[in-house]
Amino acid sequence: MTNLEKYINAFVEALEVPAEDVAALVYGESTAWDSVGHMSLIAALEDAFDIMVDMDDIIDLSSFEKGKEILAKYDVEL
Amino acid sequence: MMWNFDCYGDALAVISENGLRVSYARFGQEARKLRDAIGGRCLVFTLCKNTPASLLGYAGLVENGVVPALLNAELDQELLRGLYDAYHPAYLWAPDGFAWDGCESVYSQWGYQLLKTPFGFETHLHDDLALLLTTSGSTGSPKFVRQSYRNIRANTDSIVEYLKLDATERPITTLPMNYTYGVSILNSHLLVGATILMTECGIAQRDFWTFFRQEGATSFGGVPYTYEMLDRMRFMRMELPSLRTMTQAGGKLQPELHGKFVDWCQQTGKQFIVMYGQCEATARMAYLPWERSKEKIGAMGIAIPGGRFELIDVDGTPITETGVTGELRYHGENVTLGYATCAADLEKGDERGGVLETGDMAQMDADGYFTIVGRKKRFLKMYGNRVNLDELERMLKAQFPGMDVACGGRDDHLYIFATREDVLPEMRTFLSQKTGLNMAGFHTQPLETIPKNDAGKTLYRELEQYVH
Repeated sequence: MTNLEKYINAFVEALEVPAEDVAALVYGESTAWDSVGHMSLIAALEDAFDIMVDMDDIIDLSSFEKGKEILAKYDVEL
Repeated sequence: MMWNFDCYGDALAVISENGLRVSYARFGQEARKLRDAIGGRCLVFTLCKNTPASLLGYAGLVENGVVPALLNAELDQELLRGLYDAYHPAYLWAPDGFAWDGCESVYSQWGYQLLKTPFGFETHLHDDLALLLTTSGSTGSPKFVRQSYRNIRANTDSIVEYLKLDATERPITTLPMNYTYGVSILNSHLLVGATILMTECGIAQRDFWTFFRQEGATSFGGVPYTYEMLDRMRFMRMELPSLRTMTQAGGKLQPELHGKFVDWCQQTGKQFIVMYGQCEATARMAYLPWERSKEKIGAMGIAIPGGRFELIDVDGTPITETGVTGELRYHGENVTLGYATCAADLEKGDERGGVLETGDMAQMDADGYFTIVGRKKRFLKMYGNRVNLDELERMLKAQFPGMDVACGGRDDHLYIFATREDVLPEMRTFLSQKTGLNMAGFHTQPLETIPKNDAGKTLYRELEQYVH
């Protein structure tokens, strides 16, 4: 699996949304990505890339796109 | 009159994240304008968000003798329709852009509009009735708790006393406004002339913390899930000099986490206060004084000022020994009038006489501190929201006929048991959509048959083996 596939998969598994919908996802716009979903998502990303996300980044990860920028800080290339 | 907003004049009553700053004097004026647009004492459905307009549709109405029923603005439309048809409110106070058949917008302020229904003032209200709250907001059950002016005032006075609140407080919203615990935070701070920081953002969002720091928040409340999240987010590494107090209610916090927050608060000069309550008791019944939090980890504390607990055994006899489990019974002026399940019930007066059977099982220790050990009734707390398991079963049975289904689980983990495996995923999605609760908390378990006794009643005990 490529890193991008792993990244998409984290959203699919944590938020239980179809892969084709993930690119448009924004925090708070659906029940799937509420505060509960957010914590599942962070856990999924941490597992997938074996990283520890800082609080500052946890609260910044507000969209699918934003998440890509954040992962770059952890040397994860998508 | 509940609060007397005018007496705090230019002091700020509320600051919103998008920059609206409203003084007490202005809030009082706006409340009277809204009352005048409404035209008298009647029932109003207020669709709540954490905004000043929504606060106006709660506190502004109660202050002026209009009775709001507080509902989540995100409530499923079909469930809202059910409540609307059952209670025939005279108005809806709803965000701009909210459309509802047969209603006409007659007034607006701060992004909210007053929608006039065709029902007029036909729903009669008992003179003591101040406010309606749902016990199980997310399932749209037509059951409301009827709270009186005296209930709210008594509970608010107690809270102000035991939390020692004053005008220097700046609580930030973390709970929905239609949730009894959220309402109690508003009530107590409005009484002392404090400034409420209102945001629609949650603790997982940067804008929340920016607003928190910018306006110097002094306190917030959280349900167990809030504290699990804060812990998970490594909140304890944050520098928050303005923060003085964190309160916790809405279910039992894991003792380990309770201890962790108590320690952190002691090191940083803050207070962590565990509390216990129910909508049926207006909001609060007990609190754990922060000075004793460390030695009483896991307990919910002692009765609030003006209240009293007793434990009752199965025969209805009071238990006096320590360490013996019994049902918790509460006495106090904050015990609400009773329930309503239809419009006619709003004419009823006090049905409880100041005594509440909480439905919670508890024990008392030698110092008179209480610990909740279980629950008599069939409900769970999902992220702090009370979810009635029988109601969910009814919803599932209506939606998925031709199979047997049961609901069970533990707090934050709801289990759906059904006799058809193939429909379980659909049931899960359905309940999540209807309740607005994240699917992560819904688990499924197929069973060949749902265990029943001879009378055909579900044996929920036997389902517990599947709950992890």
